[in-house]
Amino acid sequence: MASSKKYWKSEAELRPNDSIVEALRQNEFPEEIPVDDFLGDKETLTATATNRRDFLKYIGFSTAAASLAACEGPVRKSIPYVVKPVDIVPGIANYYATTIANGFDFANILVKTREGRPIKIENNTDARLTGGANARVQASVLSLYDSTRIQGPLFNGEPVDWSDLDAAAKAKFGSLKDSGKQIALLTQTYASPSTDKLIADFTTAFGNVSHVTYDSISEDAALNAFESSYGKRALPNYDFEKADVIVSFGADFLADWQGGGFDSGYSKGRVPNKGKMSKHYQFEANMSLTGANADKRVPLAPSKQKLALAKLYGKLNGTSVGGDLGEAVERTLDNIVKEIANNKSAALVVTGLEDNDAQAVALAINEMLSSKAMDVTSPRYVRQGSVKGLSQLVTDMKAGKIGALIMDGVNPMYSLPNAADFQEGIEQVDLSIAFSTNWNETTAVANYTAASNHYLESWGDAHLQEGHYSLIQPTIKELFDTRQFQSCLLNWMGDDKSYYEYVKETWTTSILGGTNWDKALHDGVFSAMEGDVSDPVDTAQDAMDKETSVDSEDAAETAVLPIANAIRNLAAATSDGMELTLYSKVGMGDGQQASNPWLQEFPDPISRVSWDNYLTVSKADAQALGFENENVANGGLDGSYANITVNGVSLENVPVIIQPGQAEGTIGLSFGYGKEAGLKDEMRVGVNAFKLYQGFSNVQSATIEKAAGMHEFACVQLHKTLMGRGDIIKETTLEIFNTKDHSEWNHVPQVSLNHQEVPATTVDLWDSFDRSIGHHFNMSIDLNACTGCGACVIACHAENNVPVVGKAEVRMSRDMHWLRIDRYYSSEDTFEGDNTKKDEFSGAFESKTGFEEMEDPAANPQVAFQPVMCQHCNHAPCETVCPVAATSHSRQGQNHMAYNRCVGTRYCANNCPYKVRRFNWFLYNNNDEFDYNMNNDLGKMVINPDVNVRSRGVMEKCSMCIQMTQKTILDAKREGRMIKDGEFQTACSNACSNGAIVFGDVNDSESKVSELAESNRMYHLLESVGTKPNVFYHVKVRNTDEA
Amino acid sequence: MKKVPYRYQISKFFGFSIVVLLLLSSSLYAQEEASPDAVQDVAESAAADTGADAAKGKQLFNQNCAACHALNRKMTGPALANVEARLAEDEGLDKEWLYTWIKNSPGMISAGDAYANKIYAEYNQAAMTAFPTLSDQDIDDILAYTAAPPPAAAVAAAATATDGAGGGQSSGISNEVILGALALVFGLLVMMLFLVNNTLRRIAEANGVELERAKAEKRMPIWKAFAQNQFLVLVSSILLLLAGAYFAYGWMMQLGIDQGYEPIQPIHYSHKIHAGDNKIECKYCHSSARVSKHSGIPSLNVCMNCHKSIYEYKGNPEGPSAEDIANGYTNEFYTGEIKKLYKAVGWDEEEQRYTGETQPVEWVRVHNLPDFVYFNHSQHVSVAGIECQTCHGPIEEMEIVSQFSPLTMGWCVNCHKETNVKIEGNAYYDKIHEELSKKYGVDKLTAAQMGGLECGKCHY
Repeated sequence: MASSKKYWKSEAELRPNDSIVEALRQNEFPEEIPVDDFLGDKETLTATATNRRDFLKYIGFSTAAASLAACEGPVRKSIPYVVKPVDIVPGIANYYATTIANGFDFANILVKTREGRPIKIENNTDARLTGGANARVQASVLSLYDSTRIQGPLFNGEPVDWSDLDAAAKAKFGSLKDSGKQIALLTQTYASPSTDKLIADFTTAFGNVSHVTYDSISEDAALNAFESSYGKRALPNYDFEKADVIVSFGADFLADWQGGGFDSGYSKGRVPNKGKMSKHYQFEANMSLTGANADKRVPLAPSKQKLALAKLYGKLNGTSVGGDLGEAVERTLDNIVKEIANNKSAALVVTGLEDNDAQAVALAINEMLSSKAMDVTSPRYVRQGSVKGLSQLVTDMKAGKIGALIMDGVNPMYSLPNAADFQEGIEQVDLSIAFSTNWNETTAVANYTAASNHYLESWGDAHLQEGHYSLIQPTIKELFDTRQFQSCLLNWMGDDKSYYEYVKETWTTSILGGTNWDKALHDGVFSAMEGDVSDPVDTAQDAMDKETSVDSEDAAETAVLPIANAIRNLAAATSDGMELTLYSKVGMGDGQQASNPWLQEFPDPISRVSWDNYLTVSKADAQALGFENENVANGGLDGSYANITVNGVSLENVPVIIQPGQAEGTIGLSFGYGKEAGLKDEMRVGVNAFKLYQGFSNVQSATIEKAAGMHEFACVQLHKTLMGRGDIIKETTLEIFNTKDHSEWNHVPQVSLNHQEVPATTVDLWDSFDRSIGHHFNMSIDLNACTGCGACVIACHAENNVPVVGKAEVRMSRDMHWLRIDRYYSSEDTFEGDNTKKDEFSGAFESKTGFEEMEDPAANPQVAFQPVMCQHCNHAPCETVCPVAATSHSRQGQNHMAYNRCVGTRYCANNCPYKVRRFNWFLYNNNDEFDYNMNNDLGKMVINPDVNVRSRGVMEKCSMCIQMTQKTILDAKREGRMIKDGEFQTACSNACSNGAIVFGDVNDSESKVSELAESNRMYHLLESVGTKPNVFYHVKVRNTDEA
Repeated sequence: MKKVPYRYQISKFFGFSIVVLLLLSSSLYAQEEASPDAVQDVAESAAADTGADAAKGKQLFNQNCAACHALNRKMTGPALANVEARLAEDEGLDKEWLYTWIKNSPGMISAGDAYANKIYAEYNQAAMTAFPTLSDQDIDDILAYTAAPPPAAAVAAAATATDGAGGGQSSGISNEVILGALALVFGLLVMMLFLVNNTLRRIAEANGVELERAKAEKRMPIWKAFAQNQFLVLVSSILLLLAGAYFAYGWMMQLGIDQGYEPIQPIHYSHKIHAGDNKIECKYCHSSARVSKHSGIPSLNVCMNCHKSIYEYKGNPEGPSAEDIANGYTNEFYTGEIKKLYKAVGWDEEEQRYTGETQPVEWVRVHNLPDFVYFNHSQHVSVAGIECQTCHGPIEEMEIVSQFSPLTMGWCVNCHKETNVKIEGNAYYDKIHEELSKKYGVDKLTAAQMGGLECGKCHY
């Protein structure tokens, strides 16, 4: 700080002898404090009846009175319904099946409501087409109660009545009919038969309507490729369970690739069954969630990925493709070809490169292998955006051809790289109406803001996949004066039907084919059964299928030439500068829910950073460019800033994370951050990567340079290696797993008892209780099935009223997540390698340098995810140190925490070897310092009434969802029956659609969890400590080449 | 320390006074009983000439008609006093029309009878139940009952009420007289004692007997002796401190325990009348106690199930007791409370329809558990089969509900330790009970042995 640099806040300060500046500098307050006015008047002061002593008496009395009054309980009111709805019994939850289809996330879900308030999202187990509810879907219930929602229609930011908006719209549409100008609808992907029909009706009514579908994160290339091969604008459906060999070129299919939802199928294939599991190769630049789960991950720049894809096609096809990839990658490709040759139809090749050629080649390879895992006959409709249509619309807008623009579910001013063009265009439009739940960049430039319903307040339907329909039903009445887009269209058309009636009519006439509407609404899903001849929809569909298959045959014949071209293009791919790969984060997606504190606080599965996006840079590049990551004294992570430029567009001061596994010469940046409009200050974090999303390509060539200053991250885990602590993560290879005894790959730590080495699990300091009677809950976590997606983390948040603490507190490692997913890197290819290396250290000096080497994030580490919550130890170290017996053990295996008894010594947290206890450093509710959902009445509506909201100074932790197990028991008691396996669930086990978390009663010999507890792969965390946890893990098995 | 003994004293006092009042006001019954008989006599005499039996008619009316009709008041259907005469005069409809209408009203409506359709439309198209089983004679009886001059019941009741009030007062006065007389006698006695004492003293002085007081002054004062004995001072100060601590502890332990809490409610709802006098099952209104953690304050539509037809409080046959009168609990008072319900639920008595203008009732919660306690009614009511009164006390005797139990953790735990789990006929308990009872060597298991004392069962 010894620099002579001059800091200034205002330009005026630079002028010498400015009297105002001088005055401001000298005086703390620019105006004099009027002290004399009330102290100068001696007469009044002496004449007043209240002197200083009296004042003190009053103070003393009122303090005493207040303390005495505090002994009285408050008067609480109880206000029953005037007329109670039949379905609602206070205290009992109701569940409704509905569907989320917000243009980015599509899933069939169940909504849990209490006294009419939706409080939690769960998986609809009747329909598992598109996988389960991911972290964003789980958190979407909180967005319903967002205090920053728009509460009624606006005109230029000022509240108006719906009637005004309707009148303006109707007048405009009427006048446009003869003017030759168009009405344009710019919307999200709905995948909704009723909305499609409605828009067609709207077009008929007004004649000159154009509808453009726009996905903020485009899948245009995949849609184009599919369309040109199969004649339908859709996406193929993939069942990763059926694939034995999975080869991915930059496809993050465990996250949001092509609409997501593939993870449950993938996980099923990953659990070793009869000695077999799928084998997963991943070529990618960024370290993605998918890459972290791969058996063999090859860090490769996008241009090289294209070449590798072309080469794979060549090798499978027997043609040679030129270009140099390096020996290691070539060898991997040869291995892949060998694996695929074993069982061609069980192989699957996918790519996430936004490139028509790459997508076409991937489809061609699967077609060539006739892959079982790819289904083109019943494709998915979850992305329909058209880049061409959008650019045409922007051109038309600028040319003044558009008379009215209606937008729904999109925020182009934020998510378009050429937002300035769009703004120029919208200024030429006579009437622009933006439907939105929140104030955003686009509502700021539109004439009218139509306050729109949250999906939990809306009617609708969705056609996620061919033949599979689902319904959207409201679970709460509109909280504000809002209307959904479809209702407005109906209104403007002069139709007095409600959208509910419209959907019902569409379904009964053309979808249900005789099935009961109420049944479909109850289930939330409806599948048009195949082979049912009498079903008109099916016959229509069969005809369509036939048509498609004819097309595809034709396509296959004619495809040879374009594919050859595509291969040539791919092989010739080059790049200059750094190759930037833009991606979407598991927590934030396309940024629709940026004002959702649960998602902001959700730590990224890979980087473990919350409240931020950042540039991921490889270690080598970071050294070359001078980027640094360092941890400061309070444990927080700091990172350098970078300026990044793509094609003349610059983003300044982007924080940098040095990402192990990032391909050299590449960088990554995630979408969804850097929103400004309509957000609370706390939520305005990160930078907007959409500005670099030029030509809707997720790969850009960029230049970066170091900028001054350091960024403070809120990172919950130091990105270091496992450091040889082998009994936290245990892993082995498939070959060892299949051939060796489990004592070799699932080694139980030995301890010395009476000078004899015995397994640590057999030694006990304590007398054990008899737990054989009644329920005894255990939780099984399969490290093979866990992809680290984090749906459980948000589900736990929602179920247990876990508070949000904000960026500054997370940085000080005061995050409150009861369930965390630890991510471990290993510097050797396997954790075993780490262990061997550690064991071979000789002498203190070597061990020091050796550990330092291992700490160095390797170029391509292996990754393991491990969900860790309270382990509910039978011999819990926390219980023995609590001075007030606030934490104690139950016969059912749960470690109880009585918050009202806790005095906050934090001894328990110190004594917990798993670091799962969380301390309430502050009051996180009704506190303006933590202005998140628990600080306003609206946000509090999401709180689960069955779980206590903790106060300051109290320790808390995972309760193994005791409120849920107790409810299950009570239901059984009331009905006078035994409990079946599968009835006991926790929030996390319910949320896990991958089957990684299984919960149940081990005293029930029929239960799945007791079977899993007997498995060879079962181990406990830190067995050597002897805590006898009730949570156990399953050894991670990797299907690696090396073994 | 506890408030309980004091409360019992109060109730004993009240009990005693009630007994006294009842003894003194027995003459009231005769009057009350007499009045309906008188009314009936009048009705019978009126009906005698038509050959119809008004007494039988009353019975039939109460069985078949009273759910929807009153004599002098519109309910679901029109008021029926003098209906025969009214129809004949106003509409020119004869008895035959009435026979047909009562036996098959929907038929008449569909047949297009003008007045039938008019009345159907007037009463919100609520079709009247057809009574094909009623004979013409039955209908005659009913009509005879309706034709009787409007019973003076209301007036009579009011009259008896005032009489009762007067009676109550007079008995109060006699009490006061007795008390006053007693006080006078007592005062006289005291005065006499004083006088006798004075006289004796004077006689003693005259006889030269020296009083003891003079002697005593020469001894060392007891407080001085006490102050000089350091051991005694120490012991007594320790005792004082201990006693102080004991009482302070006792006082502090009752902080936040609202036993006896008896807030004033926006509508004076009497559990005594509903659960006590009328023996309405608790769970008829508090239905969610069977399935939910909340006992549930009934929504107002539940009240209207009965109060649609019970629009006034007629009181118990004996009329309000003196105690009720003293508290102002007259029939008019209760009827006024029913009107409050109508206002809250938006019920238009005149038109017999809901206006839609509702004012939800803000009841004051009597039983408050802290947020960190989980209590589930259905566990106790449905599974364990515990009577509501076990925790809530003699609710059927409470005019105003008060908190009967302390609702402390000690109170919960004690009950869990003493109460056996009700396992009969519940398949859930079969296995666990067999194993646990073997383990503890007992036949019956208490809730505590079942795990009902574990912290996490109630605190999460």
